[in-house]
Parts: sequence; structure tokens; C-alpha cells
Amino acid sequence: MSDNTKYTISIYTENNVGLLNRVSAIFLKRHIDILSFSTSQSEIPDVFRFIVVVKMTESGVKKIVQQIEKQIDVIKAFYHTDEETIFQESALYKVKSSSLFEERQIQNMIKDSHANIVTVSPEFFVIEKTGFRHETEALRKSLAPYGLLQFVRSGRISITKEKMGISEILNTFKQQNKD
Amino acid sequence: MKNQETNKISGAEAVIRCLLEEGVDLIYGYPGGAIMPIYDELYKYRDDLRHILTRHEQGATHSAQGYARTSGKVGVAMATSGPGATNLVTGIADAQIDSTPMVCITGQVASHLLGSDAFQETDIIGISTPVTKWSYQITKASEIPEVLAKAFYIARSGRPGPVLIDITKDAQFELFDFAYKKCKAVRSYIPVPSLDITQVESAAEAINQAKKPMIIWGQGVILGEAEEEFKNFVESSGIPAVWTILGLSALPTKHPLNYGMVGMHGNYGPNVLTNECDVLIAVGMRFDDRVTGNLATYAKQAKVIHLEIDPAEISKNVEAHYPVLGNCKESLSKLTSLVKYEDYTEWKQLFADHMQQEIEAVIKNDTQPTKEGLTMGEVIVGINKYTKGDAVIVTDVGQHQMIACRYAEFVKSKSNVTSGGLGTMGFALPAAIGAKMGAEDREVIAIIGDGGYQMTIQELGTIFQNKTAVKIVVLNNDYLGMVRQWQQLFFDKRYASTEMTNPDFVTIAKGYHIEANRVSKREDLDSALKTMLDCDEPYFLEVCVEKEANVFPMIPTGASVSDIRLK
Repeated sequence: MSDNTKYTISIYTENNVGLLNRVSAIFLKRHIDILSFSTSQSEIPDVFRFIVVVKMTESGVKKIVQQIEKQIDVIKAFYHTDEETIFQESALYKVKSSSLFEERQIQNMIKDSHANIVTVSPEFFVIEKTGFRHETEALRKSLAPYGLLQFVRSGRISITKEKMGISEILNTFKQQNKD
Repeated sequence: MKNQETNKISGAEAVIRCLLEEGVDLIYGYPGGAIMPIYDELYKYRDDLRHILTRHEQGATHSAQGYARTSGKVGVAMATSGPGATNLVTGIADAQIDSTPMVCITGQVASHLLGSDAFQETDIIGISTPVTKWSYQITKASEIPEVLAKAFYIARSGRPGPVLIDITKDAQFELFDFAYKKCKAVRSYIPVPSLDITQVESAAEAINQAKKPMIIWGQGVILGEAEEEFKNFVESSGIPAVWTILGLSALPTKHPLNYGMVGMHGNYGPNVLTNECDVLIAVGMRFDDRVTGNLATYAKQAKVIHLEIDPAEISKNVEAHYPVLGNCKESLSKLTSLVKYEDYTEWKQLFADHMQQEIEAVIKNDTQPTKEGLTMGEVIVGINKYTKGDAVIVTDVGQHQMIACRYAEFVKSKSNVTSGGLGTMGFALPAAIGAKMGAEDREVIAIIGDGGYQMTIQELGTIFQNKTAVKIVVLNNDYLGMVRQWQQLFFDKRYASTEMTNPDFVTIAKGYHIEANRVSKREDLDSALKTMLDCDEPYFLEVCVEKEANVFPMIPTGASVSDIRLK
């Protein structure tokens, strides 16, 4: 489908056991592939933020966001295109220590890709790289010939350029409840 | 288990106290290991809280649904862990898709056993998540008051729905200081979006310019208790109004502006004219596929006004040019004050013309048959003769359901109880029990096919034990009639597994000490119906109807509403 676009869905939620299941069920019910999913604390105490990346039509993502927002423990949900967000992924690469010393190339790769060495032990060392998908992917490809012992990449984390206004929503609620 | 010194009560007792605080006096359920502490408290509180023992947990949910639908209150169903809980799932899914307020309470294995594959352990929260409005697992007694208060608030507020609360056995035993506070709000939940008056004004403007407007109303009118406001709107605007299956009975059948049903087996005019109207006013309905047929050709010429409480329904299936979010009780009265009356004489004549065609092609044969076999339609018309529309009609799913909804007359709201969205066979018999208990002074008639009847036939035991005076009419054609109809029309009459060899239903009813009768001849029908309706006790009537009759009109799956077939 040519009109499919990559969208980042941001979901602000109450911390509630089972909500992850509820949110993922919305995608499952509609047979939608989740490209990446991450959750963390948000800028507001006791409010969590899910970041879900999907590829679909705008009308489709709009409906998904409506369904997500309908869930009781969801405070607010948004969808954005890549242009509207600042986003990164993090990757870890575990390589045999011997190759770090034997292959000068690796040291250059780390330097050129602005990656960091987070751990070095006699047997292995671990490189960390944060960036866009194509950057972490490029480093994975360059390290592969030297024997990657392990590789892992996080889900996308993303911050929007526009204001989210969650505190305002919560304040309105507080105000209404006072009345 | 009351400890005088500290005023502590058990979690189990707290559950009962919460139910009483919420004004619950009737619950449906089935006991078992993991919910025994609560049942023990039910025994102590038996004078305050009536528990109806159904014969299967699915029956408990459908009874709770039937109760909610006629009483307008939250239905409550209770079951034990494991199979008890999974047996609730069909009823929960049914309540979710038909927006029925229901609270289900399930027992769960003790919290230290969670995840250990303990006896009768099942992840009911995980299983029920996609079909509940909200769910929560309680592992500490102290959570009970707040969570149950929230459960009732969520179930009944906004667009209603089912809530499941799972309570571990240790939390039921645990002692704590009980205090109850009703829930009035949940931070992340806006039950009723506030009405935007500019949306109402734009909608009114569109209506006032319309030449061929049409109203489709759904259950939102009933759930929003907006029947009066709706009637005022229809009468002040003069616009022809048609209904979805769940909207049925919100406006009396004989109201001059009630033009019938939309959807797959709805009336001819309402379907055809959906594709001719210039403004379509949808009130508390959700454009289900059984209503719209092929969306690509559905009401493309019309400006769509959608009065809706659930923002997720706006433009979900049909684009709303004029969305009006909010409770329709409020939005309808605002709208009424802004619309002008029109006669729409020519437009309404089109509805009348189409009805005339339908009468000739379908309705005459259905309701005044000249052929030998009894029709489902004449049974419904026969019932109308005695009830004058003042009965609660509970239907199951299939041909009899469509026929009953097409021909049953209604004078009062909350009188049509059926499984709409989920299409749950087996719904009617237990739902009728709840419907009767939710409206004890009304006649409740369950109309059921021979297939669906046998899916929950065990609830005859509940009817017998509680002397629930429901009237049960089984329209028996020895077939799964609707599936057979599709096989005839779309699968070259390959009747795969649709013919049923049925037992002697009269004997079965009598086995439960329920008065019972069977009719197979036209000349016996009227007196049989009269005898049934004159009876003050539960009564079973089997009507042997024409085996291979079809329900028309019909919109074949994937076809446009305007391609509705009269034969």
C-alpha cells in the first residue's frame, strides 16, 4: 500500500497493570503490525508514556488513536509523522575483545559513528550507539564481519515538536472535581 | 466475619456491602471454590441481596444483561475462577458490543498461587480485556471499596459497558476497615464529552436546508434516556425516522413518523432511501455493517450528522460531516429548538410507496399467509393482538429475531431485548429471566428459534426454581434457519449441518414443571397464544412453523443498501 506512512503514536496513561495488554489488543484486533513499542515514565509524576510506531494510512491511525483514547486508563493519545517528532533508537553491540585489539578498523568505526564503549572485559566489549535506525543499522553491518556476539536495538523513543498539554488536561480534571 | 473491637470486615463481606451501597438488590451467578467466601457472605445478607442461581455462568451474564436492558440499572453477574470465569466471556462480549452496563465479579486463586497454573486458575483479566470497558484484579481487601465503586461508575456512565473485577481468594478472606465512597470521576476518563453548541448550530443549519432528510436512531436514545427529547425532535422537525435493531421501541411502532427498520433485513424504504436522502441524521447509533451494507456505496450523496456520546464512533465507518458529540438527551433538545418544521410530503410519500411494495411482496405473505404452513410472522402478529405492543419482547438470533423485530409492536421504550452486535445464539432464554426481573409488572415474551433455545435450554431450571413468569415461544422449523437461508441463496442449497433432529420440547418444559403446549395448525394458534398470555406463571409454547421459509427483504453481504432484495 503506497499511501502507508510511518506514524509515531504517543499514549499518556495511568500506571495500571494490564493496560499494556489493553493497548496492544487494539492493534491485534485490527491485524496491525507494531514496528516498535516502548514505555517509560513521562514528564509528569505517575503518568506513563507509551511510544508505538506503526506504518499505516492516516485515516487508519486516526481511528486507532480514537480507540486507544477510549480506554479508561488512557489520559490522551496522539499520532505524529517523523517530521513532527524528534526520535532516536538505542543499540548495544557485543564484540569479542580480541577483535578490538587485532582489528584497528573497529576502533575507527566506533569513532566515526560516534558510538561509545560502555564496557570492556578480557573476553568482550560492549558498544552503545544512539541515533536513527539507519545509523545503528550501518554500525551493525560494519561490525558483523568481525563477529557480533550479541546485538539489540531498543524501540523508538520520541518527543514531539508541538506541545502535548497533558498537565493542562490533568489540571482541568482537578478543577472540575473541585466544583 | 465481624471483629467488634476494630470494626474490621472481610473482603468478601466488603464486596456485598459495596453492592448494597450501589443499590444492587439482585445478582446472578454460580458458586465455586475461589468465590466461596463471597457466597458465604451472600448467605448472611440473603434478606438484602437476592442471588439467582443460573444453571450456567453464561446464563448469569445474559440474565444480568436482560435485567439491565429493561430496568436501566447495572446488571451484576458473579462466578468462580477458571471455567466459571471463562463461561462469562460470551455474555461480556455481548454486553460490550451492545453497550450494556454490567459488572462481573469473579473469584480468583489466592494471590500467592497466581501464575502457578493452580487448580481453576485462568488469566481472566487477559482473556476478557478486549471485551470489557474496564477490568481490574484485586489482590488486597483494602482495594475492594474503591475498585468496586469505580467499576459501577464506569459500567453505567457515558457509553455503558461491561466491567470485570477479579478478586483473589486471600483478598476475600482478609480483614480490613471498610469505608465506602461512591466514585464520581476518574481522572483519565471523560464519560460524556461536553456539548459544543456550534456543532449543534451547524447541524441545525444543514437540517433546515434539507429537502429529503432522514433520521436513523439507535440504542443511544434508550441508553441516554432521551426518548422524550427524541420524540420532540422528530415531531418538531417532521423528519421521517427509522431505527436500528437496538433502537427499536424508543419511539412507538405506530408513531406516524416511524418508518421502520434499516439494515440487512430491515424495511425496503428505509434502506433504499438511505441512498436518496440529502441529510442523514444519525442519533446514538454506530453504522454497524449489518446496517450499512457496502460502505463504498452507503449514503454517499448525503451530508451526515452524527449525534454520538463516544468520540471513537465519529467517522469510524461513515464520515460525519457534522459530528455532534455529547449525550443525545442534551443535544437533541438543543437541536429541536433550532430546527424548523417541514411537511416533507413528497419525500414521505416515497417511504409510503416503498412500504406498499414491501407489503405486497413480503409482508402480506409473512403475516396473512394463505399457504398451509405456519409463518413466524403470523405468530408475532398474533402476539401483538393480545399485548397491544405493551410487552417486553426478548429475542435470540436468527430468522425469528428478524421477523420479531420487523413485526412486533411496541408502545414503550426498553421493550426490545435482543443480541444485536454479537449475534449470540442462546441469549434469549436467560436474558428473558433478567428482563422479567428488571420489569416485574410487565409481560415478558421470549421468542426463540429451535437452535438458540438448545444452547441455553438449561435455564428452564432457573425459571422453574424462581417461578419467573416469562412466556417462552419457540418457533421451531427444525433448522438453523438463517444459516439454511444463506445456504439456499448463496451456497446452492447445500444444507451443511443446519438440519436439526429436535427433542420433544413440550416434554422437556414439563420436566421442569413448566406448563407447555405445542401448535402446528393455524386454527389452533390464536387460542394457544391467548392461553399462554392469560397464564400468570412461566409458560412454554412451541410453534411448528414452515421449515424452509426465508426472511425478506434482504441486503446480501457486501451489497449496497439500495440493492435490497424483496425476494
